[in-house]
Amino acid sequence: MTGKLVEIDDLKVHFPITKGIIFDKVIGHVKAVDGVSLSIGQGQTYGLVGESGCGKSTLGRALLQLTKPTAGSVKLGGVDLTTLPPEKLRAQRKRMQMIFQDPMSSLDPRQNIESILSEGLLAHGIGGNRDGRRALISRTLDAVGLPQWALSRYPHEFSGGQRQRIGIARALVLSPELIVADEPVSALDVSIQAQVINLLDELQNELGLTYLVIAHDLAVVRHISDTVGVMYLGALVEEASSNDLYRRPLHPYTKALMSAVPVPDPLVEERRERILLKGDLPSPANPPSGCRFRTRCPWAKERCAQERPELREVDGHKVACHYAEELSGLLAAV
Amino acid sequence: MTALARKKIAKLERLAELAAVHSKEQGESLWREALKRVRRNPSAIVGASILGVFILIAVLGPFLVPYDPGQIGVGIPFGLEVKEGQAIYPGPNSEFWLGLDHQGRDMFSRMIVGARQTLLVGVVATAIGLTLGCLIGGIAGAAYGLGGKRGRTIDNVLMRFIDMLLAMPSLLLAISLVALLRPSLMTVMIAVGFISVPIFARLLRGAMIAQSNAEYVVAATSLGVHKRKIALSHILPNSIAPVLVQATLTLATAIIEAAGLSFLGLGNPDSSQAEWGTMLADGLFNSRFDYAPHLALFPAIGIIITALGFTLLGEAMREALDPKLRK
Repeated sequence: MTGKLVEIDDLKVHFPITKGIIFDKVIGHVKAVDGVSLSIGQGQTYGLVGESGCGKSTLGRALLQLTKPTAGSVKLGGVDLTTLPPEKLRAQRKRMQMIFQDPMSSLDPRQNIESILSEGLLAHGIGGNRDGRRALISRTLDAVGLPQWALSRYPHEFSGGQRQRIGIARALVLSPELIVADEPVSALDVSIQAQVINLLDELQNELGLTYLVIAHDLAVVRHISDTVGVMYLGALVEEASSNDLYRRPLHPYTKALMSAVPVPDPLVEERRERILLKGDLPSPANPPSGCRFRTRCPWAKERCAQERPELREVDGHKVACHYAEELSGLLAAV
Repeated sequence: MTALARKKIAKLERLAELAAVHSKEQGESLWREALKRVRRNPSAIVGASILGVFILIAVLGPFLVPYDPGQIGVGIPFGLEVKEGQAIYPGPNSEFWLGLDHQGRDMFSRMIVGARQTLLVGVVATAIGLTLGCLIGGIAGAAYGLGGKRGRTIDNVLMRFIDMLLAMPSLLLAISLVALLRPSLMTVMIAVGFISVPIFARLLRGAMIAQSNAEYVVAATSLGVHKRKIALSHILPNSIAPVLVQATLTLATAIIEAAGLSFLGLGNPDSSQAEWGTMLADGLFNSRFDYAPHLALFPAIGIIITALGFTLLGEAMREALDPKLRK
């Protein structure tokens, strides 16, 4: 570990809700991301989990400045991206790339693979002439395990797994430092999921990449991450090293998430107790007072409605729960 | 036994053929695939055949005519004379296949020569509408999709102008334009082109706004591609298909509208140039429709068939390019 590559400080992304026929009046905000701070070390993988609508994708996009943050700062290797003028930001983009969830819709159907892969190189003037770019591209194709004849083909002529490899190649060809992978495998077959995850792993070992992996599949995140953050309703509720978090979740929400993962052993599966969450995710436009999870937390007390718990250090985890210590004993028994 | 074996061999051969088709060297772009689908569509074949004949006639017209289309009283040497006072109009016969018009000119020759005028007006008018419409719609769509707050203002200004045009009935707008600019061939083309501007502008803008939310646009942004390049090389090519379909369909309406203007006496004032719309008006008003309905019928059929050809082709293109209908 050689210092932090990504430092996010109190990042907020609020989307205005407007109403009105002629003049738009802002009547509220959807607080998709509401005060998240995290950092990712050089060469590390940070896994971000949470149910749909918790703001994990928005956080990923805000990190890459694809969605403008409302407040807070994002630093990439010490450069604050939120205050950069557009042209400087554009130049920074080659340092950070994204892998998308849906490999079909994230590839322009009218571009062949060579054109897709050379686009970033052209935008940043990398590789010099056409032959230089070709050499870079063909090396990248080898790295992601795609055949050279793919160059003249179009995205719709590939299978889902191959398309995702194209998406990975597009991100890699710029030799970025950071890759944000937004649900990189959830649109793929299970057999191909493993291939793609292993590919990401290998590439990290070879190239020293730093990942932010966003997923709702806990097994995928556990496999690939060094540190895992759990998000609920726009905020981090727990953050710990991958093994720690899975072995000993401290936050009731994390515990509930873990207990939703089926265990591939019928006896254990039968015996273990599950924490079933009642109700739906509350609206991020009107989040509950105090602790955001209290409306669905089986252990919620009065204090939870009044005070919003800060992320604090407990047993090597960072947890946002007033009763983490007391619950840790209780939860261990579960 | 042998029959079964032969069947099996035939099947294998078919499979090999299929495999050969699928292992082609080059990738296939969406346009090429769409073209393939168009070629299989029967209505496209019918539409294209009609248009092929029409274009051939329009191009070769002057070499195909049996008589000078402007020559008055061309039937007199054959004893066929138009007598308007007595309502005698020689109908279709072996010498003059479509009969003689109210001035005793050969209808068949005039129909053939008229095809060129009709095609010219249709194509030029559509080109004017397409260019202007795509310019306005493209700027508005790109500004709205990528330009942030200032882009939305630009879009708003342009679209209110388009709404103004759209609010006026199209033929009325064309009539006022022609009346304002004085009738001539060019004015007809400008007027007919102008009324199709709002359709193209709205269509392209809508498609571009829809495309600018697509994931590959986000992907291009994250690659660091310039906004102008994203608009021109990603959003525009993916939005142009419905516009091209509309252009084919607009060719049909442009022909009808140009004929309508001529019909109302606002067409090309140079009456030596045969034009189907003018001929239709002549057939209805300048001769006795009750005695010689064919003088109105032939130009009407000409207009209808050409418009039908363009419409069939346009519909087939729409089907081929619609991503939802793709297998």
